[in-house]
Amino acid sequence: MTADGPILFLNDVRFRWPGRVSFALSVPEFSVPPGETVLLLGESGSGKSTLLSLICGTVLAESGCVHITGADLSNLSGGQRDRFRAEQIGMIFQQFNLLPFGSVLDNVLLPLRFAPARRGRVSNGRAEAHDLCMALGLPDVLGNKASTLSVGQQQRVAVARAMIGRPPIIIADEPTSALDASSQSAFLDLLFAQVQAHGTTLLMVSHDPRLGERFDRVIAMDDIAQIERQAA
Amino acid sequence: MILRLAIGSLSARSLTVAMTVLAIALSVTLFLGVEKVRTGAKASFADTISGTDLIVGARSGSVQLLLYSVFRIGNATNNVTWESYQDIAARPEVAWIVPISLGDSHRQFRVMGTTVDFFERYKYRRGRALEVVDGALIADLFDTVIGADVATALGYKVGDPIVVAHGIASFSEHKDQPFRVSGILEKTGTPVDRTVLVSLEAIEAIHVDWQNGAQVPGQSTPADVIRQMELTPKAVTAALIGVESPLQTFALQRAINEYPDEPLLAVLPGVALQELWAIVGVAETALLGVSAMVVVTALIGMMATIFSSLNERRREMAIFRAMGARPTTIMGLLVLEAVLTAAVGALLGVLFLYLGLTIAQPVIDSAFGLWLPIEAPSMRELWVLLGVVAAGAIVSLVPAFRAYRLSLADGMTVRT
Repeated sequence: MTADGPILFLNDVRFRWPGRVSFALSVPEFSVPPGETVLLLGESGSGKSTLLSLICGTVLAESGCVHITGADLSNLSGGQRDRFRAEQIGMIFQQFNLLPFGSVLDNVLLPLRFAPARRGRVSNGRAEAHDLCMALGLPDVLGNKASTLSVGQQQRVAVARAMIGRPPIIIADEPTSALDASSQSAFLDLLFAQVQAHGTTLLMVSHDPRLGERFDRVIAMDDIAQIERQAA
Repeated sequence: MILRLAIGSLSARSLTVAMTVLAIALSVTLFLGVEKVRTGAKASFADTISGTDLIVGARSGSVQLLLYSVFRIGNATNNVTWESYQDIAARPEVAWIVPISLGDSHRQFRVMGTTVDFFERYKYRRGRALEVVDGALIADLFDTVIGADVATALGYKVGDPIVVAHGIASFSEHKDQPFRVSGILEKTGTPVDRTVLVSLEAIEAIHVDWQNGAQVPGQSTPADVIRQMELTPKAVTAALIGVESPLQTFALQRAINEYPDEPLLAVLPGVALQELWAIVGVAETALLGVSAMVVVTALIGMMATIFSSLNERRREMAIFRAMGARPTTIMGLLVLEAVLTAAVGALLGVLFLYLGLTIAQPVIDSAFGLWLPIEAPSMRELWVLLGVVAAGAIVSLVPAFRAYRLSLADGMTVRT
């Protein structure tokens, strides 16, 4: 795989949750080139979370290959996949992104703890975190406890955390669903500004097709993945 | 940062964590307190008699001899005749000898006949001598010096009269020869506190009109007449001996044990105390065992708390996992948390102990004559504290392993 190849590449992937015969996911082919912003549309239960778990390497496919930045996840051990995820992927959840008892600074710097290469790209963690928060329109909240922030602020801190140390891929799992319409738009503006400034690949999962216009590509979950359900 | 987050996570659950810490702290206090009382009791036990090289009495068991001569528990099986006593006193190895004559009582306290030498020779708590806090030593035949407990329990002052009863827990009293309290001794924490001390001659004097354990009917010799009489005792109960040189102790002991004219027994107080402690030691071990179980219970409580916190913390674990933390890191976090909890509990326990000791030390000393020293934790206590923390880490492995399995199965998603 060359540097010009897709940053994310799934081929002939089959997956079944252990102990659950009734649900299986297969992805014949899915690839994302570097720097592209992709919106993956799907209703709940369409296998979105499972697909993200496969990409992040917290679960392993039964067969087929999952390549991230040129590396085949199935060749890595569990610990290596954890390290790999820390280095390559910035993760933003739907909500409750932050450790509520930690300070904003600790939350933002947390991924660096597990990713030496990302840590190496950040010379001064506090200054970097501060700059990111400013760029994301957050007031000076680094010392605050995460639980004291509003939901919208917490989501922006989550973006700062995903961006710190510039991982090549950001994966966002319905990051706007906990926000109201105006906050959604402001949040996406900030997220896109960051992603475009650093040429980061963005894979965002949502059920809301109205968000699609900002993205380079919009894909329906049904188009790339098949789900097999057997009646229990 | 991980440590800071672990502390943050703990403080977010501060109420339950505080309860757990408190339980561990109290259990540690109990354990160390029991240990403290145990060593204190053992030391004060060993401190009951010091400076005496041998105790001589009629032949019986060494523990029995120690119990009745020093602790005033139980009774002598036989006496030592005055002739034998004189023989031993005359031996060249003997530096000093103090006779003890027991058998009578005053209320619940034993009466002990002895010589003035007793106040000089008897030592407790590593060489401390008896002190008279009020009044003076025995000067007259019918003078008595009483221990601190006797004075407090019966409310006696110097100059008060005392009637000694014949035998122990007896109703026949030596009414004809009342004594006078001449002095009250300082509190020692030894059986001397519970003793009425009179002169050896006084023991003879009050028995002038007595034969075979009962007063001869109608016979009552006036005190003035008794004073004129020859009051050399016919026998003593036991004697404390100091030797000229420690090297002679065993030779003298052997000579006394093989004394041809009378079956006698000489024991080294230290050896007899050890024997006695070996008997008492079973209760001591049991007590220690129970308090160790309390510590274990507190740690299991902590394990239960960690277990019940796991479900509400699956989100936290998912975030850690998404950031790239390995399942073993999650496991380590939980163990770290348990170690912190146990360590704070153990330290707090030590704090409680010293606080309690500071408050209770004078009370325990005056009430039980038990001196609990306040000193830096011993090596043994430090090992106990380390053991508590290590045990905390070990019990936390059970919920930590469950967290490991959960975080492996959940990954970044939280399925509830």
